[in-house]
Amino acid sequence: MSTVAPAVEPGPARTSGLVAILEQTRYVLGENKVTGFSFALLIVILLAAIFGPYTVPYDPLASDTAAALKAPSAAHWFGTDQLGRDIFSRVVVATRLDTFIAVASVVLVFLMGGLAGIAAGYFGGWTDRIVGRIADTIMAFPLFVLAMGIVAALGNTVQNIILATAIVNFPLYARVARAEANVRRNAGFVQAARLSGNGEFRILLVHILPNIMPIMIVQMSLTMGYAILNAAGLSFIGLGVRPPTAEWGIMVAEGAGFMVSGEWWIALFPGLALMIAVFCFNLLGDGLRDIVDPQRRT
Amino acid sequence: MTAQPLLEVQDLTVEFTTRRGIVKAVQHVNISVARGETLAIVGESGSGKSVTSYAVMRILDRAGRIAEGSVMFSGIDVKAATEGQMRDLRGREVSMIFQNPRAALNPIRKVGDQIEDVLRTHVQQAMVSDHGEKAIEALEQVKIARPRERYHAYPFELSGGMCQRVVIALALACNPQLLIADEPTTGLDVTTQKAVMDLIVELTKRKAMSTILITHDLGLAAAYCDRVVVMEKGRVVETAKAADIFANPQHPYTKKLMRATPRLGVSLRDLLPEEEGAASAEPAPAVAAIAEGQQPLLLIEKLVKEYPRQGATATLGKLFGRKPPVEPDVFRAVDGISFSIGHGESVGLVGESGCGKSTTSMMVMRLLDQTSGLIQFDGEDIGGIQPAAFARLPQRSRIQMVFQDPTDSLNPRFTAARAIVDPIMQLGDIRGRDALRARCEELATMVGLPHNLLDRFPHQLSGGQKARVGIARAIALHPKLVVLDEPTAALDVSVQAVVLNLLQDLKARLGMSYLFVSHDLNVVRLLCDRVIVMRTGRIVEEGSSEQVLSDPQDSYTKELLTAIPHPPLQIH
Repeated sequence: MSTVAPAVEPGPARTSGLVAILEQTRYVLGENKVTGFSFALLIVILLAAIFGPYTVPYDPLASDTAAALKAPSAAHWFGTDQLGRDIFSRVVVATRLDTFIAVASVVLVFLMGGLAGIAAGYFGGWTDRIVGRIADTIMAFPLFVLAMGIVAALGNTVQNIILATAIVNFPLYARVARAEANVRRNAGFVQAARLSGNGEFRILLVHILPNIMPIMIVQMSLTMGYAILNAAGLSFIGLGVRPPTAEWGIMVAEGAGFMVSGEWWIALFPGLALMIAVFCFNLLGDGLRDIVDPQRRT
Repeated sequence: MTAQPLLEVQDLTVEFTTRRGIVKAVQHVNISVARGETLAIVGESGSGKSVTSYAVMRILDRAGRIAEGSVMFSGIDVKAATEGQMRDLRGREVSMIFQNPRAALNPIRKVGDQIEDVLRTHVQQAMVSDHGEKAIEALEQVKIARPRERYHAYPFELSGGMCQRVVIALALACNPQLLIADEPTTGLDVTTQKAVMDLIVELTKRKAMSTILITHDLGLAAAYCDRVVVMEKGRVVETAKAADIFANPQHPYTKKLMRATPRLGVSLRDLLPEEEGAASAEPAPAVAAIAEGQQPLLLIEKLVKEYPRQGATATLGKLFGRKPPVEPDVFRAVDGISFSIGHGESVGLVGESGCGKSTTSMMVMRLLDQTSGLIQFDGEDIGGIQPAAFARLPQRSRIQMVFQDPTDSLNPRFTAARAIVDPIMQLGDIRGRDALRARCEELATMVGLPHNLLDRFPHQLSGGQKARVGIARAIALHPKLVVLDEPTAALDVSVQAVVLNLLQDLKARLGMSYLFVSHDLNVVRLLCDRVIVMRTGRIVEEGSSEQVLSDPQDSYTKELLTAIPHPPLQIH
């Protein structure tokens, strides 16, 4: 076809998707030192979760009554508890369990709440009403009390903690996903997908879901911190993981009684670990929001 | 006239700091506006026309700054003025009208209150004691009917044209010396555009104000301005009297822009730049040879679409049941229209916003269910098929569509290639990666999209390139009928010229029929054999393009035609 010459139109320099994302990440990390710091923290947490159990100096479960209630020293960096277990080892080993519970519950709630929310926003009508009322029902309870109730009813297992944490977060995901899907349901590209012969479910999963993923990832990072707190909180009140398993919530609970008698280290170090993990995920969420936000890509 | 101009912009350069270094949006621009003069700044998107006006008002966003040059406004150096001085200047001495009137008004405040806000800030004229008389007066000035009632209206209760009038009232409330109108009528219907522009010109003349009209529309600039400044890529390429610039354009860019503007008495090929236009042969005249007795491709009979009214009036009326409802319970968006499209014919569906043309096209596309009526496509009744079920039928691939907004109609997460092959993967018979890619490249060649752009995402493409992707996707399945829903409304005129020619060539080559939905009679005339004019859900006029445009019968068609501003163009 010679009649219409391809007009020379300006376009940005060619960059592949991955390179662009890496460049964007580097830019945001460089611009925002706090986000860079939280990424570094995340890497530390992940390393501890993966390699912690193999590298710690003491067996986290081995008790040594001769060395009970020792203050932090060169031999025991974080001191020892009432049974003489090394607190440093226990804090590091607990990272895996706590992050696993958080990640698993966030993935679960994304699958339940995220997908239900997208369907509600896209289809509207009865789907929307049912998902909306389920979310309202969950929100009607104080969330931690609801989580307590679920674990108490179903039993004290890791699976049930994950499930309870996921259910408690359901409304957050369902609402964000619903709002995002709702504004896109009549977008031009969705109409075009209908014209191309895509079925409704295919449009939902192939066309709408990828467009909503960035905001969902931010949401996941932000709720990760809450999930960790929730899991630790359940363990703290005795409804979660059982002793002697190393878990931050239990360790804080065990150490709380010794605070008054001056053995502050038993509760302090697992508490600090908890705080840093939550802090890290919250900062990370803010940073991720900047990365996925096209407004920042000037 | 005094030697001192009201506004003097000299050697203005505006820089924006971005991640990829400093971008000069405006470079060495010289503009002067005399008292009482109306100046047009014309240019396509990215030419820096809006940035220039923002620099004059000093409302550039944080990343931008005036790097060089000076802006003098009646003796005040805008560049050196303090923020406090600028605040005084804005609104009282210089005011601005923006493109989207709805966005410029606060949606949760009554329009009368908003006008009083401005008056209070700047002149302390409107005290609480005058009961809004000043604001009502301002509304009266912009010819809003029943200003006393409108004073209490919220922006969403007013039409687009009404909102723009309110914005004009706001801008003129303090009798400024200079009015900057940034695309004041883009997005408004032609008849509304005419009313709004006439109003602006009348008011500014009466108040002896200067006006800067920023527009992409040469016709508008010619019809309403004394002098025209043409900008391209941040530079002023030509400044001349409105009459001179159209009679005798000097700069090649001005000439190109003028050629590309659709107008009376030219064909599609004339819109292209000279060398390309000459090189390309005139396309074979559209063979709308509908043999006697042959069935039309698309037959629409007594098509109706009704929407239930959900207004508070209806509900209250039912509740109290005293007064009979003033309006019927249903709103007829499309009110019993009938027309047909022959094989290889292109038909234009023209009307202003709200006339039902988009609803009609959605029903033809089977994206929307009709209330009643017959839609027959290629001899088959497709009107009875539910839109949801239609998606998987073979007929789906026979009717395709090119959307109005090329950006909105492409999935931001799909590459151009993925978008083009999406219909083939769903409904086509080509399987396998390589075969799909080959077909995709073939389509890209057809629409003139360079192959190296196929792996880009929509945000990495220009408007014209995105439009080409949209067209390639629509023709991927060899459709018989393509509905074009204002395919060029979001494009610059020079790109529009290229895209319209492309559509014409593709039609001749692939033997498709077009249903071209548009508000722009000038554009429709270029591409279509027949024109249907719609108003409030009904067809008011139908006939061949030449006949409807040169000898309109209906008064509404005449009104539409006279409202289009025409540049006095003579291009030899």
